Amino acid sequence: MNRVPFAFFALALPVALILVPEELSAQGVVSGNAFNPSISLILDGKYSYYSDDPDDLVLPGFLADEEIGPPEEGLSLGESELVMSANIDDQFYGFFTAALEDEDGDTEIELEEAWIQTLALPYGLGIKAGKFYSDIGYHNVKHPHTWDFVDAPLAYSVFLGGNYGDTGAQLRWVAPTTQFIELGGEVLRGDSFPANGAANDGAGAFTLFARTGGDIGVSQSWRFGLSLLSADAEERDSGEGDVTFDGDSDLYMVDFVWKWAENGNSKLRNLVVAAEYMHREEDGDVAIEDSGDAEYDGDQDGLYAQAVYQFRPKWRVGVRYDYLTSSNDVDGFAEPTLLDDGDDPYRFSTMLDFSHSEFSRLRLQASYLDTGATDDTQIFMQYIMSLGAHGAHKF
Amino acid sequence: MKSPVSVLALAAWLLSAPALADLKVFACEPEWAALAGELGGARVEAVAAVTGAQDVHYIQARPSLIARVRNADLVVCTGADLEVAWLPLLLRQANNPRVQPGQTGFLAAADFVTLLEIPVAVDRAGGDIHPFGNPHIQTDPRNILPVAVELSARLGAIDPDGAAEYARLLEDFRVRWQQALERWQARAAALAGMEVVVHHNSWIYMNAWLGLDQLGSLEAKPGVPPSAGHLAALLAQIGSHNPRAIVRAAYQSARPSEWLSGRAGIPALVLPHTVGAVEGADDLFAVYEVMLDRLEGVAP
Repeated sequence: MNRVPFAFFALALPVALILVPEELSAQGVVSGNAFNPSISLILDGKYSYYSDDPDDLVLPGFLADEEIGPPEEGLSLGESELVMSANIDDQFYGFFTAALEDEDGDTEIELEEAWIQTLALPYGLGIKAGKFYSDIGYHNVKHPHTWDFVDAPLAYSVFLGGNYGDTGAQLRWVAPTTQFIELGGEVLRGDSFPANGAANDGAGAFTLFARTGGDIGVSQSWRFGLSLLSADAEERDSGEGDVTFDGDSDLYMVDFVWKWAENGNSKLRNLVVAAEYMHREEDGDVAIEDSGDAEYDGDQDGLYAQAVYQFRPKWRVGVRYDYLTSSNDVDGFAEPTLLDDGDDPYRFSTMLDFSHSEFSRLRLQASYLDTGATDDTQIFMQYIMSLGAHGAHKF
Repeated sequence: MKSPVSVLALAAWLLSAPALADLKVFACEPEWAALAGELGGARVEAVAAVTGAQDVHYIQARPSLIARVRNADLVVCTGADLEVAWLPLLLRQANNPRVQPGQTGFLAAADFVTLLEIPVAVDRAGGDIHPFGNPHIQTDPRNILPVAVELSARLGAIDPDGAAEYARLLEDFRVRWQQALERWQARAAALAGMEVVVHHNSWIYMNAWLGLDQLGSLEAKPGVPPSAGHLAALLAQIGSHNPRAIVRAAYQSARPSEWLSGRAGIPALVLPHTVGAVEGADDLFAVYEVMLDRLEGVAP
């Protein structure tokens, strides 16, 4: 993760504000800022209550990223996201987003995405290069401000550290058929969880994805996808317990989304149902501090299913179910907590949100998490506001 | 590690189907699909992304639309940021270089008409306003011809074999449209000065054409759903005025206009904003015929 001190952003923000046109002249005077990129800023803040201390959260059976933690207890600021994008010329499009986060009193900046994309390749081909959120799965490309719940699905938290973004290149092809068919693959540096250490001379991960979708009449639409993420991990740290992993990590994903709106008019009422299933196989060695090394062969599964219903133009209600299960072999000794596969964690969440306009959202969420070892009741209150350009969201 | 790149390139080569005989037009809105049908005849297959029952501001970049843009020879949309929430994404997802903005295969109708209500200052405190001006240009039939001329030229440029046919169809359409405009203009005289209330600020071009006087809108700010407080204020504002109708489009909720209709004793009126929006508005000509019929039904 690339982090630079707060001072860097202290410079960037005034520059960004200068770039925002103060007003568009009615006389149509063309000034130098007419070609500025679209700029938007996302503000996100929340209050979180946990019946159990979230610092003690352990999901037994999963070698997860260090950063799977739920939102901080009490009042906290989420990611403040600065997004810029524009056509570079008639051949290329560019996109940049950085997030500022408050962590333990310090402000940190994370470069989330910085990529370019081709606009004019023939045969339905497109290339993307830079740092980007991988196109695997359904939820993976979504930034937190577009999530339907305060937190990511549990399977994304443990298998992908929230979501998988890395530096690399993507080739994507859209078939010349009436039915939507899209195939693609990515070669990535392998610096982000579940990869680590930029193995294979800096090409430590690759992905493949295939998806199709369409409409059913005028009121329904759907999409179905299959994805694979294959990563090499070198000296990958995992959260609590000081476990280091070296080896292969393969993640297989199935995703499905179905949307309904009467006559396709989603403004008034609409229903979105999404579900994903993931299977991870990890093969290699673990080094556990104070315990020594061991061969490790982990098989883990995760799924979530959610439904969000907009029942009036400003109001939505949603439910989500998360489930994880694992079957791990650790040769040599029995590690009592982290690799224990005896428990199947699950979580049930329900949320209600209100959007005064497309640019503001207020949300209330309650979740119940049973990790097998502990159970936790969670309550969240959140605001998400977007300033500036009107970003288009993926299906 | 296998090479996914070479596998994909091979698949692309194998599956790239030759272009079919029809010129495929992807229209964002039904009015431009209908216009492409008038101007392209049998040589053109035109489909619209949005139906008359859908709010064009809230369409999603669905898989079916990506596939259609992928295969389109020409994309014709209103532009002026009307489709900003979904069209740019659709164009980038579809990987079709022929229909990117700036190419012959991309036509924004708003570039060829004079826009009204270009804001002097843009601030979201004013609601979801359109910085380039009000994009609902198709409610004035006088805006159709300039777009038709450009659309016909694009069809001819993309499909030179049909250029003579497109020129003939344009001439035929021009004559019929001008006759219709004269007919409608005669009927419009009786409506001039009539006061109306609207749901969303999307009828200003119709108002300008017919000389209607818009008293207010049910949305306090564009894009913000009507609230009880604003409707009560609107009711008080109507007071001494004499609006003849509360106008909305087919995709808008009936409840706010019916509430106000019941209190103020003014009829709630659904007007066709595009082809297929209401019964009888089956082609471009019928849209304005039905619009005038319905307005005459409530006129003094």
